[in-house]
Amino acid sequence: MAHKRREMLIDPLVDNNPITLQVLGICSALAVTSSLQVAFVMSIAVTLVTGFSSMFISMIRNQIPGSIRIIVQMVVIASLVILVDQLLKAFAFEISKTLSVFVGLIITNCIVMGRAEAFAMKNPPLDSFIDGVGNGLGYGLILMMVGVIRELFGAGSLFGITILETVNNGGWYVPNGLLLLPPSAFFIIGLIIWAFRTWKPAQVEEREYKIQAVEAH
Amino acid sequence: MPDDQNKSQPKGALRRFLALSPDSVPKTIFIAVAVCLVASMIVSAAAVALRPLQAVNALKDKQINILQVAGIYDPDADVIESFAAFEPHVLELETGTFADQFDPASFDDRAAADDPSLSVALVNDPAGIGRKAEYVTVYLLRDAAGEIDKVILPIHGYGLWSTLYGFIALEENGNEIYGLQFYEHAETPGLGAEVDNPRWKAQWNGKKLRDDDGTLQISVSKTAPPAGEEYHIDALAGATLTSVGVDNLVTFWMGEAGYEPFLENLKAGNI
Repeated sequence: MAHKRREMLIDPLVDNNPITLQVLGICSALAVTSSLQVAFVMSIAVTLVTGFSSMFISMIRNQIPGSIRIIVQMVVIASLVILVDQLLKAFAFEISKTLSVFVGLIITNCIVMGRAEAFAMKNPPLDSFIDGVGNGLGYGLILMMVGVIRELFGAGSLFGITILETVNNGGWYVPNGLLLLPPSAFFIIGLIIWAFRTWKPAQVEEREYKIQAVEAH
Repeated sequence: MPDDQNKSQPKGALRRFLALSPDSVPKTIFIAVAVCLVASMIVSAAAVALRPLQAVNALKDKQINILQVAGIYDPDADVIESFAAFEPHVLELETGTFADQFDPASFDDRAAADDPSLSVALVNDPAGIGRKAEYVTVYLLRDAAGEIDKVILPIHGYGLWSTLYGFIALEENGNEIYGLQFYEHAETPGLGAEVDNPRWKAQWNGKKLRDDDGTLQISVSKTAPPAGEEYHIDALAGATLTSVGVDNLVTFWMGEAGYEPFLENLKAGNI
């Protein structure tokens, strides 16, 4: 059992990553990764929300009526997101200003809903909690990878600490402005997905079609 | 199904109720109400319990913004200590003189704007603020010799989605702008929220409010007004309504309904 739980935690990091394999939660991954600090706080917030919402939903899973189950899940998720938002405003005001609407948008993050519907509705609370945390960490891992690339090459710093002295500040590094804009996160996530699937060919989806010419040979 | 239920008939009304199929109508309504009730209690408890901490943060944020707009913000220094450099005063807008019957430390600008005895309903209301307080808190910054160096005036007005609250810092002559900064708004991130962009804010530095005839010329617009670049702030691309809002609120507050009497006094050296 312990072995299985460890797998539940580690599996979503690479083998079953919500972003790279399931391609969920892309929207917020674009928005919050231009600085590493914000990406880090967002990762923690999503991990907590996914973990606890899965746990609470799992606790009441046998009582939730099928006809309103999505709404019940949303109520639980939304309450937790508001809680996280309030806590950020109280203890990390600057970061909460930067994250602005994106904390609220955790509610619509497909990963949270997806784990509630796919896992928590059918499994006991502890397992659901571990599964939720695992998926949150998987999301966070990709966020941090994207954040490192974007902040390092876009602004020449990591966690706000200057690594590459930019030309504007009298250094030598000419920052790539594109990396600070949302589209760059698309390219980086695409490249990460490519890298993951080259490393683990099992993740490559089966083709939905076959090219005739190839078949002929 | 009836056979199943007979086998394990639970005792007590509550247990019988809980044992109902989740898909039955009473159970569906019960679960919906119960979940909403618990969730709303948790959310409101958190909101109430954390409000004092959030209020402290909001105040600190406002003070940091005043420091920033005056150009003396040092991230390493203690905010409250740095803020002591300012001399707060409650200003009576109409006369442009300080109203010393109010204590600036306890005077609440936003509450005053809602208080019928301290505010007037606006007929001509380009800034979209509804009521205007007759008294506002302003901040003076003096140089080493004790002369006024800068004045920091609160301004607010409606943009596209929200009221923008901010400060404008003017030089001692009451005409040259040192900086402008908003500390609270809910404009569209990436478009209207670019009012927070340092490069956009930097434009305000050195611009003038009035020409030599005393006519208010400052404007936020796409093209330079006839008066010249000295009075022109380039509008935000993709945020026409926010830009119009900022233009209106600056014109309103710098005009005669706003700080004009005070700025006249400042220019004449009566402050």
